[in-house]
Amino acid sequence: MLVYVDNNATTCVAREVFEAMVPFLTDQYGNPSSAHPFGKSASKIIVSSRENLAELLGCDADELIFTSCGTESDSTAILSALATQQNRRKIVTTAVEHHAVLKVCKRLQQQGYKVEYLPVDKHGRLNLADVDNAIDDETALVSVMWANNEIGNIYPVERIAEIAHARGALFHTDAVQAVGKVKINLSSTAIDFLSLSGHKLHAPKGVGALYVRRFTPYWSFLTGGHQERGQRAGTENVASIAGLGMAALLAQENMEVEQTYVKGLRDRMEAGLLATCPDPAVNGDIEHRLPNTSSICFKYIEGEAILLRLYQAGGICASSGSACTSGSLEPSHVLRAMGLDYRMLHGSIRFSFSRYNTEQDVDVILEKTPPIIKALREMSPFGH
Amino acid sequence: MWDYTEKVMDHFLNPRNVGVIANPDAVGEVGNIVCGDAMKLYLKVDPKTKTIQDAKFQTFGCASAIASASALTEILKGKTLEEASKLTNQDIASFLGELPEEKMHCSVMGSEAFQAAMKNLAKSHPDWNVPVIEVVEEGEDRIVCHCFDVTEAEIRNVIKANHLTTVEQVTYYTKAGGGCGGCLKDIQLILDDVLGKKSSESSGADGATVPLTNLQKIALIQDVFDSIIRDGLKADGGDAELVDIAGDTVMVRLTGKCAGCASALQTLKHWVEAKLREKVSAAINVVEVK
Repeated sequence: MLVYVDNNATTCVAREVFEAMVPFLTDQYGNPSSAHPFGKSASKIIVSSRENLAELLGCDADELIFTSCGTESDSTAILSALATQQNRRKIVTTAVEHHAVLKVCKRLQQQGYKVEYLPVDKHGRLNLADVDNAIDDETALVSVMWANNEIGNIYPVERIAEIAHARGALFHTDAVQAVGKVKINLSSTAIDFLSLSGHKLHAPKGVGALYVRRFTPYWSFLTGGHQERGQRAGTENVASIAGLGMAALLAQENMEVEQTYVKGLRDRMEAGLLATCPDPAVNGDIEHRLPNTSSICFKYIEGEAILLRLYQAGGICASSGSACTSGSLEPSHVLRAMGLDYRMLHGSIRFSFSRYNTEQDVDVILEKTPPIIKALREMSPFGH
Repeated sequence: MWDYTEKVMDHFLNPRNVGVIANPDAVGEVGNIVCGDAMKLYLKVDPKTKTIQDAKFQTFGCASAIASASALTEILKGKTLEEASKLTNQDIASFLGELPEEKMHCSVMGSEAFQAAMKNLAKSHPDWNVPVIEVVEEGEDRIVCHCFDVTEAEIRNVIKANHLTTVEQVTYYTKAGGGCGGCLKDIQLILDDVLGKKSSESSGADGATVPLTNLQKIALIQDVFDSIIRDGLKADGGDAELVDIAGDTVMVRLTGKCAGCASALQTLKHWVEAKLREKVSAAINVVEVK
């Protein structure tokens, strides 16, 4: 039995996506850049995938660049903003960004750039006055994620983009967790760059995209061939782009499902666990978060122990912000930035659903989790 | 996810000897909830034969911490105090087959809990001649890693018992250096000393630097403070301001979430100080201004 509720980590490839990819992994292996007609079907599928994705994001197709992943999109946006505005040497971002943004910023600091990390409150919320104060005439780029991967918080990126523009700074959003889960209409925003990743919305791993607003200055991170209109060199990952195009179409069709069915699963599970487990607490901004994500802290016990027992008991796959699961010795930077109590911090579990989850999955979680929490609590020297 | 052996998984999923002994002869307690793992060991000893009759534990921690505690109690039961006193963390790791190297600190937590229990036993039964391994030498009880509260003595013991040769290994075995990283240089010096190497500091670039002028020092402190220290604090939701510098004394006011955080205060002061000592001068002393 497998109860996969770790969809913020990665998602299953949709059947339709897989089928859309197969021709380009088998017979139609042509290079879209070739002059002969054999490459034609490859270049055609890239065009239609780009159109599907543009439809999902509410932008024009020629504002999208296919990349290899969300991380590449993030790096490209950040480095591009610095390369095109050499008189501005500051970045404003948040303490809760994904490492794909944070580690680039840390590296840039070592190279002499200024970076300001905006704090969050105990619910992981930003204060717009802080944002306003942090952005100055030196600021090249403001980078704020659309939705947080760990706690699901949705940030007011549209407003922050306007604040950034008022100071002459560009705005980037890492929307890897938001795309496909919440409605996005880029044409009505001031956002300059948006990063997304295929494998978070039922496309395969190894493909992503970067939105670059028309007329926003752009510098290509990967240079070489003329692919992607010279904006991103490297032979296109045709099959995966075909998959991402199909995934975008499916996401568009299922947008309501996220807010109704998926949210319903999440809410039923969350209410059930809160009612049956000792001392639970939900992390994040309950009113403004992704419909699929629930981050819950269990007091006095440790996340890795919970996760391994969940898997053993019911094939439940979730994730944790505890130190032991991260490979480092420190717990999640997101939960620490929220100033979470240490008694809670190590026992955080994130459940993230998708439209492929079932009511039965929720039943299994509600049946298996409380006894595990109780057993680990009894084993703990704390909280008696 | 970590690659645990079947035996580790067995002792994690079905831990032996979980719980509390009602009237224990000794209790050993190590770790704390802030650091992410902690263990409490209870022992019952037969006064005639000086044999460990029963051992129970409570553990807060990951799978390998629970498995290590379970293994420890299994090893201890039935052993005389004399036999048990030879226990090292390696015995716990071998009992479990193998632990991932990054998780060796869990086995060390087990052996330290046992050492703490033996000390406790020696105190409560002075007439028993409990063989306590006196592990702390003069001056070695100073804390090296403030993030995880690790002393010089603990680091020295683990290096010797496990034949460690790199700073990374010391972090895997003790967690020291795994937080802010401010003590990594210090760990290298301890490692060099234990291994009988010449101090690497005198040969490094640092040794060749010309002493800073007052002005240069102030500028450097300001620079380190504004970049590394404030960013580090901000990443945890706090902040600080540099109030004044007098000689080697740096006056700092903690703000944001750091202000008024009782438990963080100690660590933060040491972290700020450790960073400034590392980057500016070993003589720096940080004072908190309210």
